[in-house]
This record gives sequence, structure tokens and C-alpha cells, in this order.
Amino acid sequence: MNEIFTLSVILAMFVGLSAGYIGSLIVLKRMALVGDALSHVALPGLALGILFNFNPFLGAFAFLFASAILTWYVERVVRLPVESVVGVLFVTALALGILIIPQEDLLEALFGDIAKITTFGAVLAIVASVVVIYVMKVTYSKLVLATISEELAVSRGVNVAKVNLVYLLLVSIVVAIGVSVVGTLLVGALVVIPAVAAKIISPNISKYALLSSIFGLISASVGVILASYTGLPAGPMAIFSGLTIFVACLVARSTIAK
Amino acid sequence: MGQLHDVSPELKTDSSTILTVSNLSVKLQQETILDNISFKVGRGTTVAIVGPNGAGKTTLLKVLLGLVPHIGEIKFEGKVRIGYVPQQFSVPDIPITVSEFLSLKSKTDFEDSLHSVGLDAKNILHKRMNVISGGEMQRVLIAWAIVDKPDILLFDEPTTNVDIGSEEIIYETLNKLEKALGMTILLISHDMHVVTHYSDYVLALNKSVIFYGDPKKLSDPLLLKKIYGTEALAKHEH
Repeated sequence: MNEIFTLSVILAMFVGLSAGYIGSLIVLKRMALVGDALSHVALPGLALGILFNFNPFLGAFAFLFASAILTWYVERVVRLPVESVVGVLFVTALALGILIIPQEDLLEALFGDIAKITTFGAVLAIVASVVVIYVMKVTYSKLVLATISEELAVSRGVNVAKVNLVYLLLVSIVVAIGVSVVGTLLVGALVVIPAVAAKIISPNISKYALLSSIFGLISASVGVILASYTGLPAGPMAIFSGLTIFVACLVARSTIAK
Repeated sequence: MGQLHDVSPELKTDSSTILTVSNLSVKLQQETILDNISFKVGRGTTVAIVGPNGAGKTTLLKVLLGLVPHIGEIKFEGKVRIGYVPQQFSVPDIPITVSEFLSLKSKTDFEDSLHSVGLDAKNILHKRMNVISGGEMQRVLIAWAIVDKPDILLFDEPTTNVDIGSEEIIYETLNKLEKALGMTILLISHDMHVVTHYSDYVLALNKSVIFYGDPKKLSDPLLLKKIYGTEALAKHEH
């Protein structure tokens, strides 16, 4: 039990850290609802993992990966806004997931159950988090510039289409591993709330990215710890931890403003 | 139209050419934006691009940046670095300071480039981009464009929102950069004073090239009429 608890907390820390980091850009790109909708795509992948007895994380990631590439392609070729593409494609995926997932596993897939994580699954998710954090660190300035102005980014020599694709793939990885902690319905909030809280009190972008990552780490790990003490699900606990940080940031800013 | 082309002898010398545009056309949603335009730009020269609204001036710069699909050929001589200042620019609600914004372009010291556009680095670097004035924003963008001393600068009405004093400082700076570093500048402007004082050549567009040559020839009412149309000429004459 202690080993599972320790593993769960470590996993939550890494997942929260990468979710907060990647969320900082989701909020800047005004894609908050995209992260939420993208999480629904994980559901058919989870369902296939459960049905055919392979790691559901891999199933979720495969679906998310394919959806990210499809979204990127449709956005570039058809020139539709990302949120429109996501809105159409991913709600369809949710419907598909609900149809094929066994009823007894639906609740776990929707809300997550970190206590059921295997050592292999946890290590895989931690390694994936480290990769996400590293790639984000390397591409962050290009992504910020492309968010501010695609024209300036191109004149700077940034391949905007390529960095956007990399970013969507990173979002897919974070959503896939986040599902194991908080489930498909709440993973979007795990990505968005820390960033929104950080944005309230950050004077500049470097502090914003740092605070968003730290808030993500705190939200997820405190959520798991609270869940083990209260017996309540970790997902909602993680979201309420993030919400507490968000309210604290609002209070801090209004206090400073006075 | 052909007889109005006044391509200078220098531009015909390929060794000094930095940019060659051949038979360039752009169509967006069935509408012709640029129609079969061709011109060359000599290294170290300033070319002012003029023309009425909707003439395709901004599109031309975007095509040169690789942002707009086109047919025809655009050839830069060798590997060139491009600096760009857009016409309209606002930073969305992003917590980024001027210092951080300039760092996205170059890690080198940008105090000199800020100073050359009349900004005091100590006062502006720590400010957030979304709280500085329109004029400051425009000058920060110009500092951004020149910080790494690019080979070609593309300026889309670079002094929109800038007060007259600062405008003079900016154009003098561009002039110095052109002379000192041999930078090539393509500049969209509606200001005939700027065009005649700071450019070596003028490229008049109205979907196709109406005139390319000596800016002083813009004083010819017939040429202005050809570029801007009868109505615009009437207003200009008043």
C-alpha cells in the first residue's frame, strides 16, 4: 500500500508538472477548451485497451496522437480554426468511446483511478512527462513567438507548422498520462487551472511558465494525497486543489491591487 | 504600362541583385491580389512600395516571407536573414515583457537597437508588451527587426501610430543602417515625403506593377493618376 501510494504521488507530481507547463501555452493560445475536448479522444483508446487487455495508456495515446495529426492537417489544409476541428472530431470520439467501453469500466475511464496504476504504467508515464518537459523547454520560445505573431515567427525562421504539430503531440502525451491520474473528464482542468492561476499573478512569461508548472505539480500531488486520506477519488481532489490555488491567486492579486 | 517601367541600370546587374521576383501572381478565394509582377531589388537599396488600398502591397511582403501561397518565382541571392515589421500588431493578453519579447529574436544586447529607435532601454525593457503605447509598440517592433542586423528589412507602414519626431528618428536610423551595413529595405508607405526622401526606388503597385524607378517621378500627375486613379488624383491636387 505504501509503495503504491509513493508511486502514485511521484507519478502525480510528474504528470502535474508537465500538465502545468503545457497548460501555460494552452491558455496563451486560447485553446483551453481544446485540451478539454482532446481528452475525450482518449476514451475510445482506453476502451480498446480494456477490451483487448493491453495498457490503456497506450491505447489512449494512439488515439490522441492520430487525432493531433488529423487536427493539425485539417487546420492547415482546410484552414479551419483548431477549436472548430476539435469540436467536430472529438465529440464524435467521445460518443464512440462510450459505445465500445464496457459499462463496468466506464466510471474508471471517465474519472480515473490512480490506485490501479502498475509500476510499468507509472514509469512509462514519468518518462513521458520528462520527455514532454524537455521538448517544451527547447521549443517554448518558438511556440510563444508563434502565438504572438505567426508572421514574426516566420520572419525569425521558425517553422510554425512544425512547432504547432510538435506542440499538439506534446498535448496528446500529457492528456494520455493525465487520464491515468484524473480520468478523461477532468484532465482538461488539470492542464488549464494551474495556468489560469499562474497568469493572474505573473509579471512576466518566465515566471508564468514556472508558476504554472509548480501549481500543476502541487494540484496533482496534493489531490492524490488527499484522496488517500479521505478515500475520495483523486481526480476531483486534484481539481479542487488547483481551484484552491486559483482562488488564492485571485485574492493575492486583489490584495496587491489595493 | 510597359513604357513607365524605369528599372535603373544598377538593377539590371545581377551581381548586385539580392531579390528577384518573376511573374508572381497571388489569388485568394478566386480574387486576384497580385497579377504577374516582376521586379529586382539591388543589394543595399531602399525600395518604397506605394499604391492604393487593396493594391496588394501587404500581400507582396507576406509572399516574400513565405506566408501566402503564390505562383511565380521569388529568388533571394544566397542565404538571407529577413527582418519584418507588420502593419497591424497587438500582443494578445500574454504576460510578456519587452525584454522577453526581444529575447525571442536574439540573445544579443538589444539596448543599441532600442536607442536607435529613440527608446530608453532602462525605462521600457521591464514593461509588459500589452501596456505600452501604440507608438512604443511600433518602435519596439522596429528594434526587434533590426536587432540582428538582417540582410533585408520588410517594413509595412512602419511608423503608423508613431509621432512626427519619432518618425524622423526612425527613418534616419533606417537610412544609417542602409548606408552603414548595406541593408536592403522594402518599405510600404503612403507618405510621399518618406518615399521621396528615404527611398532609392519606388515600386508602384495596383495588383500589377504600374511603375518601378526613380521616386522623384512621383511628382508627375499623370503617373499619380495611373497609380491611384482619377479620384485620388483630384484629392491629391487639392
